[in-house]
Amino acid sequence: MSVGEYIRNSQIWKSVFRHPAPTDRRNRVVVMLTNFFLHLHPVSIKQQGIALSYTWCMGGITFFLFLVEAITGVLLMFYYRPTLEWAFYDIQALRDVQTLGIMREIHRWGAHAMVITVWLHMYRVFLTGSYKPPREFNWVIGVLLLVLTLLLSFTGYLLPWDQLAIWAITVGSNMAKATPFLGVEGPGFQVFNTSGYELITNASDAKFLLLGGRFVGEATLNRFYILHCVAIPIVVSGLTAIHFWRIRKDGGISQPL
Amino acid sequence: MLNAHPDLTSSVLIGLGWYYLLLFLMNFVWTIRSYREDGEYANGLPRATGWATYSSILMMMSAYHFTYPPEGFLISLPEAFKAPFDRYFSNPVLYFFLTIVGLWALIALREWWTKPKVSFVLLNASLLFMGLSLTDFDFRQIVGKPDNVPIVAMLFILAFCTWISFRRAVDNDRRIAEGRPLFEQEDNEKVLVWPDLVYTELICMVVLTAVLIFWGIALKAPLEEPGSSVKTPNPSKAPWYFLGLQEMLVYFDPWLAGVVLPSIILGGLMAVPYIDFNKLGNGYYTFKQRSFAITTFLFGFLPLWVALIVLGTFLRGPNWNFFGIYEYWDVHKVEAANNINLSEFFWNGLGKGLPKGSGLNTILLREAPGILLILGYFMVLPPILGISVLRTYFVRMGVLRFLVFSNLILWMAILPIKMLLRWAFSLKYIVGIPEWFFNI
Ligand code: HEM
Repeated sequence: MSVGEYIRNSQIWKSVFRHPAPTDRRNRVVVMLTNFFLHLHPVSIKQQGIALSYTWCMGGITFFLFLVEAITGVLLMFYYRPTLEWAFYDIQALRDVQTLGIMREIHRWGAHAMVITVWLHMYRVFLTGSYKPPREFNWVIGVLLLVLTLLLSFTGYLLPWDQLAIWAITVGSNMAKATPFLGVEGPGFQVFNTSGYELITNASDAKFLLLGGRFVGEATLNRFYILHCVAIPIVVSGLTAIHFWRIRKDGGISQPL
Repeated sequence: MLNAHPDLTSSVLIGLGWYYLLLFLMNFVWTIRSYREDGEYANGLPRATGWATYSSILMMMSAYHFTYPPEGFLISLPEAFKAPFDRYFSNPVLYFFLTIVGLWALIALREWWTKPKVSFVLLNASLLFMGLSLTDFDFRQIVGKPDNVPIVAMLFILAFCTWISFRRAVDNDRRIAEGRPLFEQEDNEKVLVWPDLVYTELICMVVLTAVLIFWGIALKAPLEEPGSSVKTPNPSKAPWYFLGLQEMLVYFDPWLAGVVLPSIILGGLMAVPYIDFNKLGNGYYTFKQRSFAITTFLFGFLPLWVALIVLGTFLRGPNWNFFGIYEYWDVHKVEAANNINLSEFFWNGLGKGLPKGSGLNTILLREAPGILLILGYFMVLPPILGISVLRTYFVRMGVLRFLVFSNLILWMAILPIKMLLRWAFSLKYIVGIPEWFFNI
């Protein structure tokens, strides 16, 4: 008995993979049904639906990049402290000292790539008319995922706390100040400030809510850190699960009727 | 002159050497392909000869870059090209106009430019243009910024994706016209996901991982000085994917450019499946069956989103002034901005002068022309469109759907309209009520 065979016949192996290797038709079906990760997929699928020139694999790539971001992100969290005292220097150390410093590069380029692939995925879905019935609502979920991807990238942009970071966020968050009704420089906020009560001030408006302060400071760093590492990823994971589930329920990848 | 090109260092030349080497390899493969296609030497020179010559030139260029010192280096763009190029092309008007012409060409000439040969020549032209431009210091500064490299990559990938989709759409449109089955309907057997899909995915993941690691080693993530709230950089730019929105700030106040318009973009995107009543074109590439939907989407995505990001990233320098691609980002460049409100046009045109005062009625009177225009645009125009040009849409969509649809189209048009008004009449605000931060 060869070593490989010995391992494959051991009780441990068999307890993990409950069937022989997927080399024949039957086991290729079984593997799709019993493996947790593979059960995202159907057992069989139309050939044109998985053609690279049809889907460009862009949704899949986006998902893969999300996983890469999650893994590299966790590694980065081991090194990074979100305080004014340390944030910048921890990132600098990742560049100059830490062995796994390249995680930062992969995380940053992966994030840029994810923004690009999510656009291209939407582009493909539009051009193949795949948002048409019965897939309307999955398109809506997709748009939410698009927004969240941009927000993930935006909140992450602040964390290195260098000039690039704080000014990009300053420019971006200045928009919140102009929110109609809810920002101190937005049209209509005066309706809340009548008869002596000042409801909307620069310490209570939309920008303040976003930044946790009047300007980009320690509270902002904390807020963005939690949004970036905890809150948004959880929501994205949930929506992605629904997105995938619905692809199956809507009849798989779109096809000519 | 001792040093004609002070900015060309040997590391830049080596980099470009690799660039041309890759370009050579790409064309070498193409030459072989072309040679195969030529078949028998029937009449005249085989086509492959031309490609072979071009490839050899690329190879020699590559060798020249690897071996020659930067002093007196010959292959670079001459000032005589760069200066006029910057002078005549460096303004947002022409830029926007060209993107619109580009979109028109993309659609109207789709049968022509999607041919492999034509598109390969276009690809070569853009890569050569890029390579030659990289010999310019200022171009390198901006294109080579680590955070900007992905945008350049995106442009090429986007072009490739657009090419695939148009090519398949042209093919399918022809099939439909001839009554043949669609491309997606041929060879469309069911296959097992293991192995057909899972191996594709596996290979995809391995390649992507390799790309990311290579990218991470080749290009360091940027880290500037520690953040300081007193030293404002000029220009201060938002993250690159929001630069289209930042560019809109030139034409609209933040409440529109930064809050209302983005919300409408997102709401509009979500509404797409519910307002597109066309049942054709579901699950395959086509242009003819969905020409209106696709044209509208491309208009929003290419000139109004991607091109504005490129504009905001590569062409906007200090004080958000427009700079040519070879131009030095001079902080002191001044651009005269003498913009006038619609109310001033109107009341001064009547010879009366602006109504003065800060009371509610005076303000409303002063801005009445603009307010009426805006109300007319969003409230009177849709019904008029519904009973005239867009009558068929109105009939098929019903009232509510049509109102949402026409308002979304009008919102989309508001940016180009404001751009044109600004360029043609130096118009600042259509409605300008700074007292309430309400400027349109
Ligand atoms: C985090 C972001 C996203 C992930 C991970 C994701 C993932 C995927 C995957 C893996 C597929 C399978 C087919 C394919 O790969 O093309 C898919 C299909 C689909 N996606 Fe997404 N997607 C995302 C965002 C979006 C966005 C932004 C939209 C549109 C606005 C969208 C709309 C759709 C639709 C309608 C389908 C079904 C397409 C069909 O059946 O042909 N998704 N998505």
